[in-house]
Formats: sequence, C-alpha cells, structure tokens
Amino acid sequence: MPWVPRGLREGVVTSPYPRGDDGYGTGFRGAIAVSETNASRDDLERTAGACPTGAISVGPATANVDRGACILCGRCVAMSPAVFRFVPDFETSSTVRTALVVPTSPESDAAIDEVRLELAIRVKALRRSLHVRHVDAGSDGADEWEIAALTNPIYDVQRLGVFFTASPRHADILLVTGVGSAGMIGPLRETWEAMAHPKVLVAGGVDAISGGVVGDGYASRGGITSSVHVDVFVPGSPATPFGVLHALLMAANLLPGGRTARDDGASSATKRRRAS
Amino acid sequence: MTNEHVTKTVPIAQLGHVVGAHLDAGARFGGLFAGALGEDTQLTVVLSLDGALHVERAVVAAGARRYPSLSQRISSARWYEREIHDLFGLEATGHRGLDPLIFAFSPDSSRPRLGSGFPTGAAHPDLTAPPAYLRGEGVFTMSYGPVRSGVFESIEYVIETSGESIPLVRPRVSYKHRGIESRFEGMSVDDGVLLAERYEGVASVAHALAFCVAVEQIGDVTVSRPAGLVRVMHAELERIANHLDSTVRHTEAAGQAVAYARFSLHKERVQRLRAQLCGSRFGRGVVVPGGVTGRPALDQGQIQAALASLAHAIDDDTTLLMETPSFLDRLRGTGVLSTSTVVDFAAVGPVARASGQLEDVRRSRPYAAYAGLGLEVLDVPSDGDALGRQRVRVQEIKDSFVLIDTAARELEERGSPDGAPWARPVAPSSGTAIGWAEAPQGELLTLVELREGSLVRVKPRSASFQNLALFPEAFPNDILTDFAFIEASFGLSIAGVAG
Repeated sequence: MPWVPRGLREGVVTSPYPRGDDGYGTGFRGAIAVSETNASRDDLERTAGACPTGAISVGPATANVDRGACILCGRCVAMSPAVFRFVPDFETSSTVRTALVVPTSPESDAAIDEVRLELAIRVKALRRSLHVRHVDAGSDGADEWEIAALTNPIYDVQRLGVFFTASPRHADILLVTGVGSAGMIGPLRETWEAMAHPKVLVAGGVDAISGGVVGDGYASRGGITSSVHVDVFVPGSPATPFGVLHALLMAANLLPGGRTARDDGASSATKRRRAS
Repeated sequence: MTNEHVTKTVPIAQLGHVVGAHLDAGARFGGLFAGALGEDTQLTVVLSLDGALHVERAVVAAGARRYPSLSQRISSARWYEREIHDLFGLEATGHRGLDPLIFAFSPDSSRPRLGSGFPTGAAHPDLTAPPAYLRGEGVFTMSYGPVRSGVFESIEYVIETSGESIPLVRPRVSYKHRGIESRFEGMSVDDGVLLAERYEGVASVAHALAFCVAVEQIGDVTVSRPAGLVRVMHAELERIANHLDSTVRHTEAAGQAVAYARFSLHKERVQRLRAQLCGSRFGRGVVVPGGVTGRPALDQGQIQAALASLAHAIDDDTTLLMETPSFLDRLRGTGVLSTSTVVDFAAVGPVARASGQLEDVRRSRPYAAYAGLGLEVLDVPSDGDALGRQRVRVQEIKDSFVLIDTAARELEERGSPDGAPWARPVAPSSGTAIGWAEAPQGELLTLVELREGSLVRVKPRSASFQNLALFPEAFPNDILTDFAFIEASFGLSIAGVAG
C-alpha cells in the first residue's frame, strides 16, 4: 500500500509529445545542421577529412552531412563553426536513406512523398495500435537503454497505443539496433519472416543505418541495410527516446497532421516553437 | 601517473609458473590478452597487487599452435583462453572444453590475429548448437535467446536442466560479436576514444577514461586537476544511471509496477542531467586524451540543486523498496556467490564487493581526480546474494552523489585549469600501456599499443567480460524463475563481453 501514494506524488510527469512540445526533447544537441557560408573549399575539405565516419561530403556550393553516419561527436562544429552547428532537433527520421543527407535535395524530397504514400497504404490496417518487437543486431548496449526508456512515465508510449511484444507473431513493427553483427543476421531475418503482414522495419541509430564508427569488418556488416529492407531510418548515436518514438509514429503514419521528416533545417517541433 | 606498472618478459613455458607465483603472493588476475607480433603471437598477463599492476609477457612462436593453459591455476583464465582460441587459433594445452566463445570461425577460415594490421574478410560464424554436457534422467537442453522477450541485448543462454533447477548454464555471446577491436587498428587516438566509447555503450565514460589513461601514460601527460574533477563527475553519473538500471530490472522482474515507474523515472532524470551537462545522454565526447572537452554546461548552483533533488527522491524510494517484503523475498538467498568463487574467477565490481572482495580501483589505483575526494571503503552487510548486490549498489549510488558534489565544489573553487586548456596536448608517440577505470560494472582494463601515433592494438577488458564468466556459478540452489533476478543483479552489458 505505501507505494500507491508514491505513484501519485508528483502528479503527471508525462510528456505531451507528439501533440505538444516538450521542453526537454529540443533541449540538447540532437543533430548537425549545415549553414550556407562562403567558407573556402579547402577548409570544408579539411573538416570533411577529419570526420571519423566520413559523414561529410563537400559539394560545389557547400557541404552535406549524412545524418545516417554522423555520430554527433562535434568535431566539425569545433573546426568550422560557421558551417556546422548542433541543432536541438530529434525529429530527424526519414523513410528514405538519401534524405538523411542534409541539406536535402529536391530529388530526395520527391522520393519521400512517394515512399511515404506507399507506406501509408501498407500500414492502414494497423489503425491506432502498434506492437513493436525489438531485435539487437550488434548494438553497443546504449540503444537498448533508450528504447526501454519509452516505457518510463515520461514517454509512457502505451498512452499512444504502442506496446512492446515478446512474440514476432504479434508484432507490427520490427525495431532493429546494432551494426549487423554476423551472428545476428540469421536470427534477424527469421524474426522478420515470422511477422505477419502488414509489417514495417525501423533501423534505430546510426549503427543500424551505416555501422557508425564501428563500420564494417569481418564480423560487422556495416549496418543492417544489406541484410533486410529498412522502411524508416532513425539517426542518432544512439537514437534518443523521442527520436525512436517519432520514427515509430512515422512508420505507422500516426504523426499528427501527417508530419514528415523532410529537413529544411528546422523540424516541425522547432517550427511549432518558433510559431509560439 | 604514479602507478607505474612492472612489465617482464618470460619464456612461454614458464608463464604458468610465474603467474602462479604472483597468485600465491595474493595478486588478483586481471586478464590474459593476445596480440600479433609479426608472425609470432605475444601473450600478456595482467595482475594487480597492492595498487600496482604487474604485467608478464611471453611469446608464442609463429610455428607453434599451442601454449600451456593457466586455467588449472585460475578459473578466470578459461574465458580468455577460449577468446584467444577463437581470434588467434592458438590452443591452450590442458584446457578441456575450448568451446567457441567470442566468434565461432569455421576450422579452415583465417583468424583476425588482432594487431597484425591485416583486415580479415567477412566471416560467417558457425552457430550450431554446442554438445550437451550433462547426462541424467529427464535432462534436456533449453536454448534461451538470442532474441528474448523484452528489449534486451542479444545473448543465448544454453540451459541444461531436468525441470526447475539449473545445474548448468552456458552463455553464448558470439551472436553479438562486432569485431570492434580490429577496427581500432590504424586509427588515431582521437578517433580511438570515440570507438572506445562504443565498445560498451552503457559504460562509455569508463571506456573513454581507461583508454585515455593508457594513452596519457604513453604520452607522459598528466591531466589537470580541474579536468580530472570533470571526469569524476561524468563517471559517477554513469555509475548512478547503471545502478538504477539494475534496480529498474529487478522491480520489473518482481512485478512492482509503481516501483518500476519510480526508478525508471529517476534513471531518465539522471540521463537528462547528463545531457544537460555535456549534450550527450551517455556522457560521450567529454573524456578525450589529455583531459576533457570542457567544463559542465551547468554552473555549480544548478548542478547542486539538480543533484540534491535527485538524491533525495532516489533515497526516499530506495528506503521504501528495501523494506518491501514482496521485493526482498525475490532477492534474498538468490544467486549466492561465495568469496572463494569470486576470488577464483577474479570477479570485479559490485558482484565481487557483495561477496567480500572489496577492491575498488578508484581507491586502490586512483585515476582522474579520485585521490583526495575521500571515497571510503564500502561497508555493507551482504550474504553474497542478489540482495547483497542490490545493497552494495544502493550504497554506491549514495557515495557517487557525495563524490559528484565534492568534485563540483572543488571545481568551483579552482575554476579553469591555470593557463592550460582543458585537454593538454598528447604528442603522437609509440609505446604500450594499460589504462583502467572503475566502470559501474567493475574494474575495466584497456591495453593500448601505439606506433608513431597510430593505434596498433587496443584490447578493452570490460568488467562485464570478467563477471559473465562467473554467471554459471550463481545458480547453486536457484530455479528458472530466479533467472531474471540473477541476471539483473549482475548488471552486465553483453556488448562489453562480445566486443
């Protein structure tokens, strides 16, 4: 009995996300954004060369950052602060791998619309209840903490109809973390095969998207994309709880107002904050 | 660095004898590592005694496929010999049951031979079920994992049982092996620390620390006191988060819904505080060779207000939890480990401290700024069971809050490092050293070999690796329903074991 008042003591601690803004979700570094400057090509090349995961490419006008490879170490921000900056943004997921490269191109924006329409039709039958099966395919262990955090009272994903399930037979979404370790490729595929249609696969974190700083090697496949088809990509090293939640809602087409992950330097959370 | 280690090279035939003499003198076995030395293979044994590391080296010549096993002298050597068999193809003579541990290469495939600088092509592990060891009426083998119910890291437990009791359990971690040690080869130390942080993600700060302690020994750099204090603050927040995670998993297994909600809320708030201090919820990017990237982003008043409110809330709920019979009943007498077992397996961290082995390298080999912060010897009653391990963690959380508070006050008084940046420059150099840190899971050792500023071999030996070897010993009187509690009470990360 003494536990009952403990549960009530602090009142509601749960985040209003995704319907409202959460002061925390946008309160720390979440992604790298690129500003257009007249920085010299040599400077940009030097910064790109220093990136530990090769996430920066230098184009004719400015540089691009691949958030699917960026581990948020901040080396580029330290070297070229006029070009690269941390933005407090977690709504960075995308249904298209190439759209993780910012600033995005018009081609990838068009591709997003097409893929999201296909996904929306596929997941229509899921309605408002989502069962998620997680598989670790060679993570560093931090990704699991962030996913498990979704059941704490702040994120409380059950309120949104999201549940973690033990059986792949029950699952609508397969949430995969890790670099694609050789030993987990088989179990990962078997788990995917065991799931009933319609189903969606989410790659959580840069390790799953590209291998991150671990990359590929004799036992790492440099991400899971060569082994399974990925529907939603979640950047982050590891992907934060809000980042994963945003991706799950995107996967099931449950984002309020049909928000997209299209990045023009500001996510919808940032825009809402600006508007208010 | 005041803790010089004593390194000697001995003929391979005498290695067992020399290591035995150290153990007889009371030394603790820290690990057995291998590294390519041209065509030969160099073995490194690390032992600790009275606050100093003793390192014994021996070379296995290129033609030889075997070396004498140490496992008769110290059970802890078994897992290292299995790891070396997997990755180097060398057999330890006298070690029966050299089953694959880290990665099961097929017999004819080439091994990574770490430190050789030659990458190995994509390999496919042989994951056929291992043979059963036990015979008896009704005994069967049950495979639990690698995909288990819940959000867990992948591991398979091969359990041999006739029903309720668990006479034999063998953890198989090769599903998760990433070959991360081979990735270090050729990296700069600045990139290496980023990879070290991802060796065992829940102990990122500890891994960055042990790596940097080794690099700083090679470069002969002493970290400034203010930078050391910042290191302590982040390392202790990491400890609090990990110990709370263990409590969260205990409450989940015990079906204590409100306690689960409370402790997972506390853990989330610790992660948020860490993000406020440095931008990363896991303290990544703070510890770099030579120091830290900067001071915490909050001022001392804000840090102390946040700490006081967290410490009070955690303490309040912990007091109630440790008086809740339905919780204590699941932990009391569960997963008992005797002192002799933890000594034989050279266990570390809260698991060892709950069974009477009190060593904590924050005291015995102080690094960062632990010297002078007044960390006292742990004094917690324990019967070596899951409850004892929980009690140790409860006390360590309290001690960590005090350490962070003390460090924050001293940092405020001292201000920024005098005339020096937060990170002192570490010139590219050559050499080999072993760094360490007391990770939340226990003592972490990281062997670093540098050649002209490039990493040749990095071998982090996590506390999780050292302690998972002990896991099968923790089921003397326990049954399948105790499994989740014993696992939570170990508080390990599989990434740190599989590498």
